[in-house]
Amino acid sequence: MFDRLSEGFNSAIRKLSGQGTITEANVREAMAEVRTALLEADVNLKVVDQFCEQVIADAAGAEVTKSLKPGQEMIGIVHRRLVDLLGDGRTEDGQPTPPPGIMKVSPGPTIIMMSGLQGSGKTTTCGKLAAYLKKRGRSVMLAAADLQRPAAVEQLNIIADQANTDMPGGAQVHFYGEPEKCAEYGKAVGVAVAVCQSALKEARRLGVDVLILDTAGRLHVNDELMGELHGVRRALNPHHIFLVVDAMTGQDAVNSAKIFHEKLEVDGIILTKFDSDTRGGAALSVKEVTGAPIRYIGIGEKLDALEEFHADRMAGRILGMGDVVSLVEKAQEEVSEAEAEAMQAKMAKGEMTMEDFLKQLRTLRRMGPMKQILGLLPGLGPMLKDANVDEGMFDKTEAMIQSMTPQERKSPKVINPSRRRRIAQGSGTETNDVGQLVKQFSAISKVSKQMAGMNAKSKVEAVKEMQRSGGMDGMMPGLGGFGGKGSTKSKSPKTKSRRKKSR
Amino acid sequence: MIKSVFSKLKKGLGRTRESFVGQLRSLLTGRKLDEALIGELEQRLIESDVGVQATARLIDGVRTDFRAGKLTKGEDVLDYLKRELKSMWPHADRALHLAEQGPTVILVTGVNGVGKTTSIAKLCGAMRDEGKTVMLGACDTFRAGAVRQLEIWAERLGVEVVKGMQGGDPAAVAFDACAAAKARGVDVLILDTAGRLHTQDPLMRQLSKLRSVVAKQIEGAPHEVLLVLDATSGQNALRQAEEFGKSAGVTGIFLSKLDGTAKGGIVIAVRESCDLPVKFVGVGETPADVQPFDPDQFIDAMFAEDE
Ligand SMILES: Nc1nc2c(ncn2[C@@H]2O[C@H](COP(=O)(O)OP(=O)(O)O)[C@@H](O)[C@H]2O)c(=O)[nH]1
Ligand SMILES: Nc1nc2c(ncn2[C@@H]2O[C@H](COP(=O)(O)OP(=O)(O)O)[C@@H](O)[C@H]2O)c(=O)[nH]1
Ligand SMILES: [Mg+2]
Ligand SMILES: [Mg+2]
Repeated sequence: MFDRLSEGFNSAIRKLSGQGTITEANVREAMAEVRTALLEADVNLKVVDQFCEQVIADAAGAEVTKSLKPGQEMIGIVHRRLVDLLGDGRTEDGQPTPPPGIMKVSPGPTIIMMSGLQGSGKTTTCGKLAAYLKKRGRSVMLAAADLQRPAAVEQLNIIADQANTDMPGGAQVHFYGEPEKCAEYGKAVGVAVAVCQSALKEARRLGVDVLILDTAGRLHVNDELMGELHGVRRALNPHHIFLVVDAMTGQDAVNSAKIFHEKLEVDGIILTKFDSDTRGGAALSVKEVTGAPIRYIGIGEKLDALEEFHADRMAGRILGMGDVVSLVEKAQEEVSEAEAEAMQAKMAKGEMTMEDFLKQLRTLRRMGPMKQILGLLPGLGPMLKDANVDEGMFDKTEAMIQSMTPQERKSPKVINPSRRRRIAQGSGTETNDVGQLVKQFSAISKVSKQMAGMNAKSKVEAVKEMQRSGGMDGMMPGLGGFGGKGSTKSKSPKTKSRRKKSR
Repeated sequence: MIKSVFSKLKKGLGRTRESFVGQLRSLLTGRKLDEALIGELEQRLIESDVGVQATARLIDGVRTDFRAGKLTKGEDVLDYLKRELKSMWPHADRALHLAEQGPTVILVTGVNGVGKTTSIAKLCGAMRDEGKTVMLGACDTFRAGAVRQLEIWAERLGVEVVKGMQGGDPAAVAFDACAAAKARGVDVLILDTAGRLHTQDPLMRQLSKLRSVVAKQIEGAPHEVLLVLDATSGQNALRQAEEFGKSAGVTGIFLSKLDGTAKGGIVIAVRESCDLPVKFVGVGETPADVQPFDPDQFIDAMFAEDE
């Protein structure tokens, strides 16, 4: 997501580190390059200039030029300034910003109102927030207050059902809508207020913990529609007002966010479509320009594709330093320590089955889109830039294992050619695919058994060995020769083959 | 007719004029041209999403002419920019390509939330008003409620829509839609597709597949592949044009939400980096809010005096 920006920073810093002595002129020159990269990334012009000047001043102040490791020193300075830009942990009036999260109130429900331009991702984000809260044991009601965009009510209804049935967690996700109140553009203005009030009544009756109000998209310059949001705010007094901003937006859209904030006093921004190759302009500008902190980021179309936003971690990602903290947190959300230990023991004894493998694969996928997950590993981000992580391949692997009998799952050795054909047929794949899977599975179980007794260093060696022998290639099929050999761009011919459902 | 189109475009571009040209005007009017002013101009262009590349070219031109003594005051620069911008659009073919006989197939694509479905309603309304029979194909089988959204537009516009199963294969819907369009003898079939990021290879391949299914069904189809670009988007739009161009064989751009952007500069950035003609602009949320793109008119509207 920040690939090009990271490249800009890294190339500038590399150049600096390569120089024997660094002068202020060198620093200025390097920052000129960074400036262009930032502008091409749609970072707000004023923000860019201010940032570059600050870095140059910091560099002079820290006497980078006399430092033994000027490159390191520069990274430190840039990192700190990036954190400042992304959110320095202070609100406009100097109070520390609380970490992302949805407040708990009593009596409930906590009320959240969404706002933003058309198509920015409000409705999808409602569903993501519902899933996020459900996972944390809080019940949610999604209320459809977009009465304008055709089928917006139905869209939210479907999303609420999906969150309720398909997403993990112990709480209910309810839906509230009054589809008969929908009207053509401009003809239902103001009706949203009444719908929201009825939703609140219903939410109280059901005792849900959080009520989320989905609203119609609107332009910040449309006074009539902005008035509607004011109406909702006055009537319900929401605890959180989120502004949903598309991460691919240009210079102007950040200004529109500013006007939204001025008119509505939003208390947080959710940046969507972060999975695109946006160069991060909106992310870097929006806090500085609006004064409202970024709270969450959307990283895909599915309901699990939402992350809490942390400025320091994001700065690390921009500089290509990875984000291990987020990775560990994601893992902890999905697997308890006891589960992890039990699995480890099984692997050590070489008792891992296809069933376990399926479980692990699903756990990993629940953590988010695979490319995103891998991108959190230090150093991998830039490598993954052009890599093609094909989620469809994981669907395929799951389908194949599901088409196996319990016996086959327990001891894949029994899978002979005729079973292979049956499994392929059942899962809509090719017999070759099944053969590959079995081969990779045995390679992995062998290595994990060996690794159980090793120290960390030999573990790394063992994984490298497995990559060399091709054992990993198929496990991360879409990644091509990732890590082990050659360019990340290459795709195995298999990746190109037919697949059932790739979404 | 032309007059009404023009004034509507001006209204849609109201924000653009206020900020982009309005600002340029107040910046340039009554000032002597010098390096400092050129620097300020450069900033304004960048802030209008015109892009680093196009800005650099325009500014270099201004500077050269300034040094040659051809431009001396701010007003000269306004004229220069207007001329220079207009010359970026030689008389390219911006009409919709229609099939000589049999249904014309228009495939509409773009990233998530840019306005594909709404733009289809606009095209559908315009062509229906010209007396053509139009049919819609709901190939967005992915996004929740997408089919229903298209259906509602079809109901309001009084046209038929062909749909498939939620989560089903979009190419299968395209196949059915082509068959239906032929059987019913409609003039135009417009296919809606799911939003996809240009970086998602499998989804881009799905689009190529959909395209080839259509090509097998109807000769010469798709006759148009329109890429919807959101006018509020930043330089990322350039990458979208590039990647969709490769995978889907885009023939033209539908620039949506021009009523929303304060500065229409992305049009210039797109023009600077790719050859795709902008065919239509969207200036609102109803089917009537569409205009054919006419660069001269567009630029005149950008530079028009306030009433
Ligand atoms: N790739 C990607 N697409 C997203 C994300 N969030 C929303 N979308 C898509 O953006 C489009 C518009 O979203 P929607 O929720 O309908 O926007 P709204 O008009 O603001 O309610 C849909 O196609 C969504 O699937 C995201 O984080 N990543
Ligand atoms: N202001 C404005 N909004 C638009 C325009 N075109 C589409 N929209 C809105 O953008 C949102 C997304 O549009 P939609 O057609 O569903 O996008 P799709 O996901 O690309 O099909 C909806 O709320 C539309 O009403 C336009 O030209 N101007
Ligand atoms: Mg919505
Ligand atoms: Mg659509």
